[in-house]
Amino acid sequence: MNRNARFTRNGAGRRLVVGVPYLWMVVFFLLPFLILLRISFSESRIGLPPYTEVFEWLGGLSFRVLGSFSNYQFLFTDDLYLSAYANSVKIAAISTALCLLIGYPMALGISRVRGQARTLLLMLVILPFWTSFLIRVYAWIGLLKSEGLINGLLLWAGIIDSPLALLYSPFAVYLGITYSYLPFMILPLYASLERMDGSLLEAAADLGARPMAVFLNVTLPLSWPGVIAGSMLVFIPAIGEFVVPELLGGTSTLMIGKVLWSEFFLNRDWPLASAVAIIMLIILVLPLVWWQRHQQQSEGDK
Amino acid sequence: MLKPYHLAAGALLSVLVSHPLAAAEEKLLNVFNWSDYIASDTLDRFTAETGIKVNYDVYDSNEMVEAKLMAGKSGYDVVFPSAFPFFARQIQARIYQPLDKQKLTNYGNLEEGVINSLNATDEKILDFAVPYMIAGTGVGFNRGKVNALAPGAPTNSWDLIFDPKWSDPLKSCGISVLDDSGEVFAAALVWLGKNPRSEDPEDFKAASAAIQRIRPNLRYIHSSSYINDLANGDLCVAHGYGGDLVQARDRAGEAKNGVDISVYLPVEGAQVVIDVMGIPADAPHPDNAHIFIDFMMRADVVGPITDAVGYANAIRGTDAFVSEQRRNDPVIYPSPETRAKFFTVPPKPQAYIRQLTREWTRIKTDH
Repeated sequence: MNRNARFTRNGAGRRLVVGVPYLWMVVFFLLPFLILLRISFSESRIGLPPYTEVFEWLGGLSFRVLGSFSNYQFLFTDDLYLSAYANSVKIAAISTALCLLIGYPMALGISRVRGQARTLLLMLVILPFWTSFLIRVYAWIGLLKSEGLINGLLLWAGIIDSPLALLYSPFAVYLGITYSYLPFMILPLYASLERMDGSLLEAAADLGARPMAVFLNVTLPLSWPGVIAGSMLVFIPAIGEFVVPELLGGTSTLMIGKVLWSEFFLNRDWPLASAVAIIMLIILVLPLVWWQRHQQQSEGDK
Repeated sequence: MLKPYHLAAGALLSVLVSHPLAAAEEKLLNVFNWSDYIASDTLDRFTAETGIKVNYDVYDSNEMVEAKLMAGKSGYDVVFPSAFPFFARQIQARIYQPLDKQKLTNYGNLEEGVINSLNATDEKILDFAVPYMIAGTGVGFNRGKVNALAPGAPTNSWDLIFDPKWSDPLKSCGISVLDDSGEVFAAALVWLGKNPRSEDPEDFKAASAAIQRIRPNLRYIHSSSYINDLANGDLCVAHGYGGDLVQARDRAGEAKNGVDISVYLPVEGAQVVIDVMGIPADAPHPDNAHIFIDFMMRADVVGPITDAVGYANAIRGTDAFVSEQRRNDPVIYPSPETRAKFFTVPPKPQAYIRQLTREWTRIKTDH
């Protein structure tokens, strides 16, 4: 038995189980990240590849560094990049809050229904994924445009006299992002709410707590991990979102995804585009690291 | 240690793969073309005649093709970028192979005028490319709404977009310009009576000011939305590519929705886009690519394409295959006076492009 325990603790099986996710991270995150990092230190040129070398091998183990931080310096000389980052964070944060406000009641509702009805409701949340993301965003163009369904309905009902400029506005961007990422908020929330021990709620009610107090003191704190997970799943992809602002946002919406696109496709400056992407990654990783620290500390306190 | 091994493996692979192919290429061709840019039966005819199967992908911007080709190993055999500034700049990056004119038996069918205008801007381009279609950039407008809101507006001039006198009253029914900084700045420059190729900082400032003045009048800045919106009556005035504007006009006519679209190439001068066919340096089927390009230089092939898509081609003797309505269309086949005012813009230096993109972002987003 002793030997068995040692086998499971140090053996090949355990290493494999731990190793697979690490290998995944190395191949699909770390390697692309390092390639991007290298390009971000080079300079653009007309040629193939369209950037200069960062290292010059002098034979053996010696090499010379040719790269520079000039791309990163450039990002701070022009306020375009900082405002684009700030605007992306703002749009992502507001969309996340909207997803939470809409998604929480839905998840709570689904978790309180039993049997067939719950399966049906869950299916309805997941069903939109059967259609391509791009097509669903395109469908909003048809709904929002000035001769579209929504304006047509409002005009017909006599609520408005002339079509509202719904499409190509910040409103359309918030709507598109909230709509697209709502399931990513609902599903983790549902998972954490569904596991909740119903007797805790009954106990709270027995002790005289009103429904609102039960929700604020029992349900909400217990679902906190779901709230955090859902918010991360919405916030992180929303920051780098390109499709929604491109299709629904029109021209005045400044987001880092579009700035990245124009650096890459219009200026053909891969090195600067890489630097923009690296900074974006840092902006995304820092709160995650902070949150994990915070999580570990609070678990340690308990 | 890694490198010699890789080289050896690569050499081995290339011997294994390319040697048998050198004798006869597999009957396959990968084409990357603009969307809606061939007739519905073009590829079937090619396959029926040659036995070469075609994988056909489409794109909607020059930037997309360029990014794919610059990343290397795109796998495409024939691509159709615009000659200026795109193809000309891509030649500098050495991503195309020179054409073997011996294999292009129909080369003599090319129209001299098109050859001359390509040569005049960049004499190296014809070593690598064959011209395909030509279109001026112009203006499409909703006749009824423009007459109502801006009676007497000069519907043959850039004034309709750039002169606040006409542009301001038309704001309410919608004006759009292409999301292409080069096109819009060139248009603003000719409207100001300046050289559209100018890189002079003063001209740049003046063009930017002209665009910023009418920026509040623009409903959006986009390179394809205007086709449908113009046809549906959602938009009044659109700066757009000739062929696309013709499509908008056709669609409005077919829909019989009371929307009457007219298209013109401005008298001050219009930028002309010449799309060309080229073979990437690393194309897997260069022989088939030559066969395809040769096929696309035949009057009986290209004529029906012009008829279908509304772009003028670069081949002589296609009139018999183009309907009279298309042939008499001054947007597709402009008058000699309009042609004389056509201009192209050669590749710009990187510093100028960066400045242009930055200014364009400022105009678009106010940042």
